[in-house]
Amino acid sequence: MNMSNPMIESTEIPEINYESVKRKQRIRTFAKGMLFLLPSLLLFGVFLFYPLFKTLYLSFFLTNARGETTVFVGLQNYLGMFASPIFHQSMKSTFLFVLYTVPTTIIIALFLAVLANEKLKGIGFFRTIFTSTMGISVAAASVFWLYLFHPSIGFINGILEMIGMESIGWLTDPKWALIAVAVTTIWMNLGFTFLVLLGGLQSIDSYLYESADIDGASYFYKLRRITIPMLSPTLFFVITVTIINAFQTFGQIDILTQGGPQNTTNLIVYSIYREAFTNYQFGTASAQAIVLFVIILIMTIIQFKLGERKVHYQ
Amino acid sequence: MTMPISKKILFYFLLSISALVVFAPALLAFVMSFMDNKDIMTGSLPQSLSFDNYIKAFEQFPLLKYLLNSFIVAIAITIGQLILSSLAAYAFVFLEFKGRDLLFFLFIATMMVPFEASIIPNFHIIRDLGWIDQYPGLTVPFFATAFGTFLLRQNFKQIPKELREASQIAGMGDFKFYLKVVLPVAKTSLVTLGAYGFLTSWNMYLWPLLSTTNDTVRTVQIGLKQLQTQEQLNDWGVIMSGAIIVIIPTMILLFLGQKQLQKGLTEGAIK
Amino acid sequence: MGYIELMDISKSYNKQSDVLNGIDLQIEKGEFFVLVGPSGSGKSTLLRMIAGLEDISGGTLKINGNIVNHLPPKDRNLSMVFQNYALYPHLTVEQNILFGLNAKKIDKATQKKRLLETAEMMGLSDLLKRKPRELSGGQRQRVALARAVVSDAPLCLMDEPLSNLDAKLRANMRIEIRRLQKKLGLTMIYVTHDQVEAMTMGDRIMVLNDGIIQQVGEPIALYNKPSNLFVATFIGSPKMNLGKAKLKESNLVIEDVFTIPFNHEQILAKFQNRQLVVGIRAEHIPHGAEKDGVQTVEIVNVEQLGNETLISFEVGSKLWTAKWLGQWLVGVGDRVPVQISVENMCFFDEDTGNLIQAATSSLKREVVAI
Ligand SMILES: Nc1ncnc2c1ncn2[C@@H]1O[C@H](COP(=O)(O)OP(=O)(O)OP(=O)(O)O)[C@@H](O)[C@H]1O
Ligand SMILES: [Mg+2]
Repeated sequence: MNMSNPMIESTEIPEINYESVKRKQRIRTFAKGMLFLLPSLLLFGVFLFYPLFKTLYLSFFLTNARGETTVFVGLQNYLGMFASPIFHQSMKSTFLFVLYTVPTTIIIALFLAVLANEKLKGIGFFRTIFTSTMGISVAAASVFWLYLFHPSIGFINGILEMIGMESIGWLTDPKWALIAVAVTTIWMNLGFTFLVLLGGLQSIDSYLYESADIDGASYFYKLRRITIPMLSPTLFFVITVTIINAFQTFGQIDILTQGGPQNTTNLIVYSIYREAFTNYQFGTASAQAIVLFVIILIMTIIQFKLGERKVHYQ
Repeated sequence: MTMPISKKILFYFLLSISALVVFAPALLAFVMSFMDNKDIMTGSLPQSLSFDNYIKAFEQFPLLKYLLNSFIVAIAITIGQLILSSLAAYAFVFLEFKGRDLLFFLFIATMMVPFEASIIPNFHIIRDLGWIDQYPGLTVPFFATAFGTFLLRQNFKQIPKELREASQIAGMGDFKFYLKVVLPVAKTSLVTLGAYGFLTSWNMYLWPLLSTTNDTVRTVQIGLKQLQTQEQLNDWGVIMSGAIIVIIPTMILLFLGQKQLQKGLTEGAIK
Repeated sequence: MGYIELMDISKSYNKQSDVLNGIDLQIEKGEFFVLVGPSGSGKSTLLRMIAGLEDISGGTLKINGNIVNHLPPKDRNLSMVFQNYALYPHLTVEQNILFGLNAKKIDKATQKKRLLETAEMMGLSDLLKRKPRELSGGQRQRVALARAVVSDAPLCLMDEPLSNLDAKLRANMRIEIRRLQKKLGLTMIYVTHDQVEAMTMGDRIMVLNDGIIQQVGEPIALYNKPSNLFVATFIGSPKMNLGKAKLKESNLVIEDVFTIPFNHEQILAKFQNRQLVVGIRAEHIPHGAEKDGVQTVEIVNVEQLGNETLISFEVGSKLWTAKWLGQWLVGVGDRVPVQISVENMCFFDEDTGNLIQAATSSLKREVVAI
């Protein structure tokens, strides 16, 4: 038996000896842990936390076109922003947009997921179709809908005319533009939402349905009493993600309406973008960015708080 | 128990209608990409189908270059995310050290910071680093991902800790264990995260718009926007062919990895 | 001085309550040492501290004369077999077996040689290219053993390695492990919660309960002279029959039911002013025909095991079991005579639970020594 002594010779006062070795080991594991986390921490620091604080800092200043601070203005940017009718319009549009998109996306996706959860022949094909919009980028989706909404050759107006209605300036009429963007967004997000909800549905134990079948429960009774409650954690996750996504909408606007007509589609991220990179008002843009951050922060906190409660239910 | 036939028919009917509605925009675009402009403008059914639009799109625009750029960017981000988040997830699952919980909380906190809210300083950082119109500028900021870390952490947690202990007794260090055991065992979740990472980075829009000023590293999404704005005078066939080209890689990925993605995202959703 | 020495070892996870307390123990080289105890008693914790997978909160651990408290597992020169086998699912049997040797950077030729030897010994030669999921439970178990054997470490730790196997396979593997250990001269520390396993495999057994050593000794010693009520009921199946007892004049009254003449003057002194519990093993309650001390009891349950018959009857509030050799045609409700003799009784102190006097019959070396 070769005990080719890797062990340290026992010394007179072993206590002290191995205590210090232990401490060294603790330091080593700490260093190791940090080493594994270092790449992520470094990048988070540089591209997330530092910019966040820099944004806050910038929001108290005026800047030049290069983004360097010139004059400290305190809360002036915020005051100006909250007094500005354009910002009001932007906030109003943003919240309206969330209101239009979130419930509709969830309801349609849930409908599709419930349909596609049935064990039918060829269901895989339908699932693939329903998921497909997830693979379609903002740019492509916006281009598709740009055509669909086209005032003269567009498909939608074509149908309206066919059934004898007047055609609508979907992207140019202030009454309709936000709705048009919302429709595009709903379509785009359908795939992801559907996929997650379907996953949630499939993770519900089938014995629940079997015992309900034995009790002779109807389809809708099962839907209401089993499916929806069991799905609630997933639903909850999807709702939060959809809301946060809606607040971050940018690409559709940039391609479909550029914030117009009359700023009705000037959603907050687009507003930040325009303020910063067309008007070079980095100070006020930063103030808006902070508003966006606070909104998302609140959404996330609600998600965690309620999410925690949800977990306890189970 | 099988479904009664009437119910089956109802379901197939609803499924078909829904599928048609959901797929219509993409389908229309697909058909249009093969139609000539005259048919499109008059709204008539296609008289003839041809690849002309595709040829035009490739001739008039550096589409190939854009596609290549997009591939480079998406693959770089995917690999970066896989490496960084698997390392971080490993630390959160297998290493016990002081301050770990605090750091985990920090990772959670990153989810509360939307990239859009910090985009201004980010742009300045990239500019000051000289990374405008450079691949690093398009990729490096997205390497670290809390979502990916959570997804993998969830998965690593299912690896029995006895595997780590057995390797400790055998004298294998952490990095080797990560490389030789954890990564191979968690292969499927890495593939899921990879697919998701590729999908999202291929589809990125705002950041490439900001951080590219010319064609050298411009991605295909921004290329499509260029195509659309410059073809304003309305060669819809060409625009649509561009859009179809843009979505082909992600569509293929989605069709192949749909099951995987579904499982992965559900796991990430319900912690 | 033992090969492994534990001196006043204690363990606490939360710095408040101890999971293990005051563990003093020596294990000899080449010994098959079994740690047994109910679930949650701290067996795994103790084993993992020896392995170096768990910090030692207090006390000193020596292996081969060296203090190893601070050493990581790999420097303790030992191998370990886990309950769930801990096989790497993505590696073949061969790669699994060689995993440790690779990690230790042992040269390829030696690896090959040891692999073939071990595979041969464990009967795995035909399975080397398979993945763990393509193996049966028993085969997986064998791979886990092979991994321990191939490491050539002189000390092997096992944590309930057989609990995932069915009864028959478990019986086979018991013998196999035992043979392997003797053949290779391994020092083995083996954790189980199954007292049969402990009795059949161990050179010595340590009974642990609530983090405290109850008794350490050879299997027979634990069986015949359990040092307290816990060991008495934990070791042996069916478990030892217990009953409260009093001395009345020169009679022993058990559970106010049995009155047995008691004339052992020499042990009487030990019973002064103590509440007694007597214990008697099932096989020491034979069918009563011959001598005195015969009690008549009413059978409440009969288990026919083929070679022997278990008969249960009530003694006051307790249910006792007698084990009779052979097949007895008796039924529930029958009244049968049983013989309960003082020589076969262990006496415990009711308050402390500790043994006062072991059965005198066992002191007369009932065990056949060869
Ligand atoms: N990591 C831990 N943190 C806190 N307490 C623990 C931890 N591991 C074990 N314990 C506690 O220590 C006690 C002993 O656990 P241990 O696993 O050693 O029991 P065991 O004898 O091996 O039981 P079993 O037969 O069920 O495996 C238990 O009460 C358990 O709850
Ligand atoms: Mg245990």
